[in-house]
Amino acid sequence: MYKIFKAKVIDNLPLNKKNYLLTIEPLDPISEPSPGQFYMVGTGNSFDPLLKRPFSYFRKTAQAIQFLYTVKGKGTAQMKALKPGDGMQVIGPLGTGYPKPPKGYIPLLIAGGIGIASLFSLAECFTKKPSLIYGSRCKDDLLILNELEKLGSELITCTDDCSFGREGMVTDVLTNFLDSPSSKGTSYMIYACGPKPMLAAISQIALDKHIKGYVSLEENMACGFGACLGCSVKTGKGYKRVCKEGPVFPIEDIVW
Amino acid sequence: MKGLYCPLAHSRPDIHRDSEVNSVFDSIQIRSRTIQSLTTTDYSMDLSVNIGKLKLKNPVMTASGTFGYGEEYADFVDLNLLGGIVVKGISLKPMEGNPAPRICETPCGMLNAIGLQNVGLKTFLRDKLPYLRNFDTKIVVNILGNSVQEYVRLAKTLVDTGVDGIELNVSCPNVKKGGMTFGIDPRSLAKLITAVKRTVSSTVLITKLSPNVSSIPDFSRVAEDAGSDAISLINTIPALSIDTETWKPRLANVTGGLSGPAIKPIALRMVWEASQAVSIPVIGIGGITNALDALEFLLAGASAVQVGTGNFLNPKATIEIISGLAAYLRRKNIQTIGDIIGGMKGTKSGHNPDH
Repeated sequence: MYKIFKAKVIDNLPLNKKNYLLTIEPLDPISEPSPGQFYMVGTGNSFDPLLKRPFSYFRKTAQAIQFLYTVKGKGTAQMKALKPGDGMQVIGPLGTGYPKPPKGYIPLLIAGGIGIASLFSLAECFTKKPSLIYGSRCKDDLLILNELEKLGSELITCTDDCSFGREGMVTDVLTNFLDSPSSKGTSYMIYACGPKPMLAAISQIALDKHIKGYVSLEENMACGFGACLGCSVKTGKGYKRVCKEGPVFPIEDIVW
Repeated sequence: MKGLYCPLAHSRPDIHRDSEVNSVFDSIQIRSRTIQSLTTTDYSMDLSVNIGKLKLKNPVMTASGTFGYGEEYADFVDLNLLGGIVVKGISLKPMEGNPAPRICETPCGMLNAIGLQNVGLKTFLRDKLPYLRNFDTKIVVNILGNSVQEYVRLAKTLVDTGVDGIELNVSCPNVKKGGMTFGIDPRSLAKLITAVKRTVSSTVLITKLSPNVSSIPDFSRVAEDAGSDAISLINTIPALSIDTETWKPRLANVTGGLSGPAIKPIALRMVWEASQAVSIPVIGIGGITNALDALEFLLAGASAVQVGTGNFLNPKATIEIISGLAAYLRRKNIQTIGDIIGGMKGTKSGHNPDH
């Protein structure tokens, strides 16, 4: 099994103006990832951009790995230009993914924006599909909705600008969801991925309501495998590496 | 490709032939071939170098702070192949480091302000050093303190455990106390080196110099005169990057140290100046990512090199550089790597490194 491997691009599909779905085929034998883990994706031969970029995998099959990404900076702009057949170097799977919920707990998934990428594979692995709250700024940023519907999860969407689904942020929807009569007596285990302020707000709600759960964090990182210490975040037990001990952390551990 | 999400099925291309895959693969295949041959035939090439009394099987070491405690790279590199491992800087007490964000990328380089996060001497000795001892490579421990006494205590404890070398960190730009304060003041630097050398006696002492000084030759001579067995340079260059949307610095620490290919020409110039100024071995560091980079440093006068940020781009960089050096010697029909060191030609009528 290779931890660093060559891959070639099978497809690089625009979902809308700024969001893409990249499909690559590893050319070396690699190990199976678990939901919440990520890969360091290197897209070019030049020194600018210099570093590989971390991406949670969206889906993994026997032959391919898929990544959902938003074009934001230099690295993703270069990724957007990838064509079928292009070669790349990838490291992974890396990090610690989402732990399974203990017996008696019902998973509740909460995604903000591109955070859906890391939660999709988690949703897929449950036999009884969990509820998923999925929010974004606008309708355009709600990705792969048809896939999510196919998944069979209870899907609650919301947008900040009310262009689709419920009005408002995932935190409002989450509060309503937890306060609804149907949630009475259920022990939820939250799994959340999205922008930092969203995760901080969800953590606060979870702590207030004594609900356990996990958040998947994002931080600048140089290596992805624990050496550079560039991605360390503050936790109740000292600084922890997003790439190694994370990206998934228990909600109560993170010092926001 | 069953089970993949593809809303526009017709847009999926056929699988391409390998020959159409771009050059990344070519270089990877060539590299793996050379690695193969290194382990079989290329041992006839003499890659060994001496850093004072320290004999390295090849001139490729890892730079402190970029290779963790070795174990982080075990998935990628046979640590036995390395000339030496310089581990992450160790202080007496554990240090938790700086708040996030600690790194950001800049053109052809990166800034870091990790803040010397490390497990501390006790944990290093208990949990990290025994692992490193399993490998047939030289272990150099980078040490940092807030006072001469702290450096001396660290050095003494480590030397007593039998590490192969000590590298004095006097050039970290990202901490308030210690670190660079020794590196940019010739008198405190001399005092520190003298005190540590007296303690470590026969173990090789390497002083890692800061690029943040007015004269590299002067500081190189200070290190040599005070008893350092070798010098390594350069550490990162203090630098700044600003987010034009938020108007905030990109690092929580505001400034950080610049590393990567962007600093290589500066590092190379400084290594050349240093090697002209002293007769102790010089170890070249700064933006080395491949064998040709390493060769430039050797030609400039370095007896060995340390690979730093290059490990992040490509965790196999060190072993690829080693095999690349062997391939170069064979191609040029040079028997020993020592014949390359300081071999830069045509400098006699040129620039005087002292001015």
